[in-house]
Amino acid sequence: MDLTVLLVKGLIILVIFGITLLIATYSTYAERKVAGFLQDRLGPNRAGPFGLLQPIADAGKMFFKEDFIPAQASKWLFILGPCLAMLTALMSSAVIPFGDSIRFGEYTIPMQAIEINIGVLYIFGVVSLGVYGIMVGGWASNNKFSLLGAIRAASQNISYEIALGLSLIAILMMTGSLSLRAIVEEQATFFEWNVFTQPLGFIIFLTCAFAECNRTPFDLPECETELVGGYHTEYSSMKLGFYLFAEYINMFVSSAFISSLYFGGYHYPFMNAVHDALTGSMGEITGHNIATAIGTVVFFAKIFFFIFFFMWVRWTIPRFRYDQLMNLGWKTLIPLSILNVVVTGAGLLYDIKYTTWLIVVVMVVLAVMSSARAPKSQAAPQRA
Amino acid sequence: MSEFLNQFKQLTATGYLFWVLAILALLSAIWVVTARNPIHSVLALIATFFCLSGHYILLNAQFLAAVNIIVYAGAIMVLFLFTIMFLNLRKEDEESKTNLTKMAAVVVGGLLMVMLITIFRAKSAQVPTFNPVSFDSRTGLVENLGNLLYSDYILPFELASVLFLVAMVGAVMLGRREAGDRHF
Repeated sequence: MDLTVLLVKGLIILVIFGITLLIATYSTYAERKVAGFLQDRLGPNRAGPFGLLQPIADAGKMFFKEDFIPAQASKWLFILGPCLAMLTALMSSAVIPFGDSIRFGEYTIPMQAIEINIGVLYIFGVVSLGVYGIMVGGWASNNKFSLLGAIRAASQNISYEIALGLSLIAILMMTGSLSLRAIVEEQATFFEWNVFTQPLGFIIFLTCAFAECNRTPFDLPECETELVGGYHTEYSSMKLGFYLFAEYINMFVSSAFISSLYFGGYHYPFMNAVHDALTGSMGEITGHNIATAIGTVVFFAKIFFFIFFFMWVRWTIPRFRYDQLMNLGWKTLIPLSILNVVVTGAGLLYDIKYTTWLIVVVMVVLAVMSSARAPKSQAAPQRA
Repeated sequence: MSEFLNQFKQLTATGYLFWVLAILALLSAIWVVTARNPIHSVLALIATFFCLSGHYILLNAQFLAAVNIIVYAGAIMVLFLFTIMFLNLRKEDEESKTNLTKMAAVVVGGLLMVMLITIFRAKSAQVPTFNPVSFDSRTGLVENLGNLLYSDYILPFELASVLFLVAMVGAVMLGRREAGDRHF
């Protein structure tokens, strides 16, 4: 490894780190703007133009609040909890390929912090560690409601991790690699994007991603009406800020993960034509770099769409009941994802990529039939 | 002493990493046994697993390292933590720490140590040293591991999966609510 390559690599890691933090910061602003839009009000608009300085104002408020540690709490674990949450959230963006590659001189450097051939397993491992931040924090608070929230969070995360992993296996079978870059390269043409070949896997993955991020409709760990505030009841100041911030980072990483696994990553239709035109008119190196930049912009557009989707769902759908959540995870998503794996395998045996549409079609037919058979609910009488 | 220092100076970066990881692993393993609080014990055990994963990476076994983190640190230890939180072992539970149990623990631990040392010193179990001719840096990667598992070791692999299935079904059967049971 050359020193230049090492420097550029370090620069890329720093940039990815910074972008992750920046996007998480402005996700808090976007969340409130989207909430305002969906509830037909303005949202934050006082701090700076269009309220753009609101995240900074919030951070300032968080820093100046009293940093309180409960008397009977186990002090070091109480501090360790939010640190773990933040650490695991920040670690996961390392293996996501943000773009094709940058060329300068004779070097070609992939737009990715680290390229390992077990990228998917790496993310899976980091995600499975994320639950420690919540559990340690909830236990160390020495508060019944915090502990209940932490235990809820842990059981929810463990339950949905299984379905998450099983829905991923179908993709791994189609690609034959655990490297995220290989999975993205596999989806070069538009109709081979995994969302078209794996529609059911995509829906399962999306649902599980919501559950893993503790977002509505699965935000039971912090359900105010049942648990006061969940695992972070006792937290204040920037420790609470870390927990909330980790949630937004997780949201960004999940969106990036969904876009690269199911929506072709930095690929877009006609990208080869664009690449050829750019290299033809601007020379090999500049053209390639600009094509890479366009791919990266497309990738971020996909990520932003999914972040918006997370928020859209949050302000539209009410929370699940806890037994419903567990039933959905264990009795619906896990059997469905196992079926998905089996059908994908059968399809690969005969070289047909689109076999999982069969399950989707059957499910839609069943849903339509059961809703047609269900007794018609009577229209509620309107009051004048 | 100077011999040891010279040897220490000649180590490669990997060698230093090995020593750091080994010392960390030992320290956290000792912490697991000596910690008064069971939660601290579990956290120390997680740290131990991380050090072991580091050793796997040093041995070029990336897949094993990742799976070790996912399965042990990510799933089994969460369940440990879970159970301990439910049991609430905070108050010192002196009943289970009689002299008899302490003696039994020392005897079992000592026997285990003797057995491990015998195994490591056995001639037939000596690990061959590094051989640059037959060395393949890709041995521990997931493709090779998969090929090996599904060709040479297919029977043990399948037997293990059947065992897991049986264990799962057994757990579900044991945990199932009978018709007349209370809800909890």
